[in-house]
Amino acid sequence: MQVPILKQGAYLIATVQSALTDEDLKQLRDTLVERVSVVRARGVIVDVTALDVIDSFATRTLRDVAHMIRLRGAETVIVGIQPEVAFSMVKLGLTLEGVATSLDLEEGLAYLDRKGKGPGHEVRTHR
Amino acid sequence: MKFALIADEVRVSIDSDSDIVAARQKGRELAAQCGFPSTDLAVVATAISELARNIVRYAVRGEIILRLIDDNGRRGVEVVATDDGPGIPDVTLAMQDGYSTSGSLGLGLPGVRRLMDEFEISSDFGKGTTVTARKWKR
Ligand SMILES: Nc1ncnc2c1ncn2[C@@H]1O[C@H](COP(=O)(O)OP(=O)(O)OP(=O)(O)O)[C@@H](O)[C@H]1O
Ligand SMILES: [Mg+2]
Repeated sequence: MQVPILKQGAYLIATVQSALTDEDLKQLRDTLVERVSVVRARGVIVDVTALDVIDSFATRTLRDVAHMIRLRGAETVIVGIQPEVAFSMVKLGLTLEGVATSLDLEEGLAYLDRKGKGPGHEVRTHR
Repeated sequence: MKFALIADEVRVSIDSDSDIVAARQKGRELAAQCGFPSTDLAVVATAISELARNIVRYAVRGEIILRLIDDNGRRGVEVVATDDGPGIPDVTLAMQDGYSTSGSLGLGLPGVRRLMDEFEISSDFGKGTTVTARKWKR
């Protein structure tokens, strides 16, 4: 199951459409990390609204995505974690510590816009 | 068996990535049939995902058996994850948060115990592992 990745301005938006296998998740991670450099994106949004399960492997992979992309100088925000999915994640003991999350795509975009204007990003915005 | 079986059990053989997804979807369907609220559908599906992945990762292959059960009018879903893999040498240790022999998070087994209402694990070192977990409809 391929996850479509769209470029919108300085951002990449990956929208998960259906359940992902571990292999799909790894592929999404690798593709995003690669694409972010190729298109010089400043932010990445991963929309997981369609996921009905985020288990230990998915959590670990999403965390890896965010950390790898940060090392490439861009920001990641995970959007659309459903309430029952969040409930199960917490019970399982999973956290997305150090990873930005937003309610939905719109909030995620607003988050990235704010981040881009922050003092820490002067260098990037003036490039 | 301890509980009455409401319908035929569903067996999903597990030996690849995509079987993990198939098993949790079957489990969700069954729990939905039983009238579980959506939070518990996610709970059951997540627990199955962890157990199925343990089979693929540590035992290579095995089976997930899903049952709708009845205990004097109280309905529930029973998940049995069973394999003939290497077994777990120290089950108490494996049940601890953060214990992993694969450098992972070590949250699968203790997490499944927290997610479900009942949890049993038996493992014979060298012979295989069986985990039985139940969620009752509230
Ligand atoms: N079916 C199994 N067969 C053999 N060993 C197993 C099996 N399931 C679990 N184990 C052992 O128990 C340990 C703990 O399992 P658990 O699922 O809690 O954590 P994990 O798989 O290591 O990490 P995570 O599930 O968080 O990705 C595993 O590291 C493994 O050594
Ligand atoms: Mg595990």
